[in-house]
Amino acid sequence: MTMTIERGPTTSAAPRAVARRGNRAPWEEPPTTVGQAAKGLTLGTMLAVVVVPLWIIVVTSLSTPGAVNRAGGLVIWPDGLTLEPYREMLGDPTVRTSLLVSLGITLVGTLVSMAVSVLCAYGLSRPRSLGHRFLLFLLIVTMFVSGGLIPSFLVVTGLGGYDQWWALILPSAVSVFNILVLRSFYSSTSADLVDAARMDGAGEWRILWSVVLPTSRAVTAVIALFYAVGYWNSFFNVMLYMPTDSAKWPLQYVLLTFVNRGNGLPGSVNSGFGSTHAQTAPLSLQMAVVVLTLVPLLIVYPFVQKHFRAGVLTGAIKG
Amino acid sequence: MSSGPMSTGRPRLSRLTRLRRDRSLLLMTVPAVVLLLVFNYAPLFGLVTAFQEYDPLIGVWHSGWVGLEQFGQLLGDPLFWESTVNTLYLSFVQLVLFFPIPIALALLLNSVLSERLRNFVQSVVYLPHFFSWVLAITIFQQMLGGAGVLNQFLRGHDIGTWDVMTNPHTFALLVTSQAIWKEAGWSIIVFLAALAAINTDLYEAAAADGAGRWRRMWHITLPGLRGVVVLMLVLRLGNALSVGFEQFLVQRDAVGHDAADVLDTFSFYYGIATGNYSYGAAAGLFKSIISLLLIWGANKLAHAFGEDGLYRK
Repeated sequence: MTMTIERGPTTSAAPRAVARRGNRAPWEEPPTTVGQAAKGLTLGTMLAVVVVPLWIIVVTSLSTPGAVNRAGGLVIWPDGLTLEPYREMLGDPTVRTSLLVSLGITLVGTLVSMAVSVLCAYGLSRPRSLGHRFLLFLLIVTMFVSGGLIPSFLVVTGLGGYDQWWALILPSAVSVFNILVLRSFYSSTSADLVDAARMDGAGEWRILWSVVLPTSRAVTAVIALFYAVGYWNSFFNVMLYMPTDSAKWPLQYVLLTFVNRGNGLPGSVNSGFGSTHAQTAPLSLQMAVVVLTLVPLLIVYPFVQKHFRAGVLTGAIKG
Repeated sequence: MSSGPMSTGRPRLSRLTRLRRDRSLLLMTVPAVVLLLVFNYAPLFGLVTAFQEYDPLIGVWHSGWVGLEQFGQLLGDPLFWESTVNTLYLSFVQLVLFFPIPIALALLLNSVLSERLRNFVQSVVYLPHFFSWVLAITIFQQMLGGAGVLNQFLRGHDIGTWDVMTNPHTFALLVTSQAIWKEAGWSIIVFLAALAAINTDLYEAAAADGAGRWRRMWHITLPGLRGVVVLMLVLRLGNALSVGFEQFLVQRDAVGHDAADVLDTFSFYYGIATGNYSYGAAAGLFKSIISLLLIWGANKLAHAFGEDGLYRK
């Protein structure tokens, strides 16, 4: 059973657009040299501002102390490479713990969020079901009205969330935006397929699991990435709910305190990191931590990125 | 796309029948609804603390009521006005410098003929959207900071140093360029979708009538983008008081609070960090109310231009 997975407002125009690509339509003017040069320059700049900093950081993280000294700081061209900074980083208990904490929060959080969101999105996606308009309204209100930082803080701490893992997951587990995206895809799952399954006696749970989910893998992957990135990147909730226990800090928070240390910003917290490492240039070590926060994203990104068809987002923006 | 057994049946079913039919659907929404009630709706009621002298030891039920006193204090607080002015200023700078960029980049990308090149550029420029603010600012620090690549180069050529990361006077430009670097690529996506939805026959017909590429852009492409541009503008204006939280949290120590305090961070620094919860809640409520008014106003504006905006009339 194969279906087109990328759906959304663009679908109808897509075939035409594809037909135009690849070679210039006969009625289009030939490109001007100046125009082509300006275009190339702009595209080159767009790529360079992302790629060049990452390149420099990766090269520096792999550089020997000598290379860092010769460069006077960050290394642009490889000049003596070593894996020593990474060995040292992974030998550091603070970084190791924080890596596990980050992976754990991201994994558990994404599972919780996806379970809750997929169920809710499907529950609201069947036309004319009881109460779905009211429930949708209940969801959408939260996108525009919020109690703000302090009332949320008081609710979480009032429920005993201080220093508890769940405080890093549950308050942000539901993204109404993501539910709306999922819902708009589930609503457009072929009615024939759903009806056929219902004829065969399948209940709603069965239909969700065996019909709707398999036909919307792409959007599921994209939404899972959104959630996972949110958990992986969060650090402010740590600042709010578990600022004191450094054994519970995720990687981003270690990076934050480490950035503070590395760049002489005040307010650094003594995490015990970086003080006893005289062997490797600390800069390489710092950049290795930066790379470490990037690695999981760079592993997952290529698999999910191809599904970011524009429809994924615009479907939700129009509600 | 309305069909399925639910729409095929008799015109009206009793509530009880529908409840029995839809009970598993309703059950599926329970976890999400409970989480939203606890973590989104309960805080709305927590806003009453803004009218109290909230004391965490005795709780929200027993804290004394002070009416609008917190708001009065807020309006007389120079730090609050500083945050408000900073927020509006930063919002304005972002609107002028940030907003047009994704539109221009989308037009540019759309004109690239090679599909592979377009896909490659897109996947690269989307990437920073997925970085945390800690990471993004670390990268800026390493490129433009006091010990960064730029100053390494300047020092190496005896030109002196130029530390943009700690300069409060250029902070607005700095945070705007950070926002552009991180989010402009991702913002392209919406405009690309709108561009793909424009009927290509229009271009062909216009070309047959002798319209050059700039006239086609003016008369076909830009009108085709109008709806989504207005929608984005409404969203941007509605969020004029939200210029970002973590971005400022991370950099506040480097540039000082005079430049980096915004309304989003005000509640944190002068509410939670000082234990003055009611005061912070009042500031949050103030911001929420103005924001709702802004969304409403921006939407009115969209209707005045004959567009749908966020919701229809």
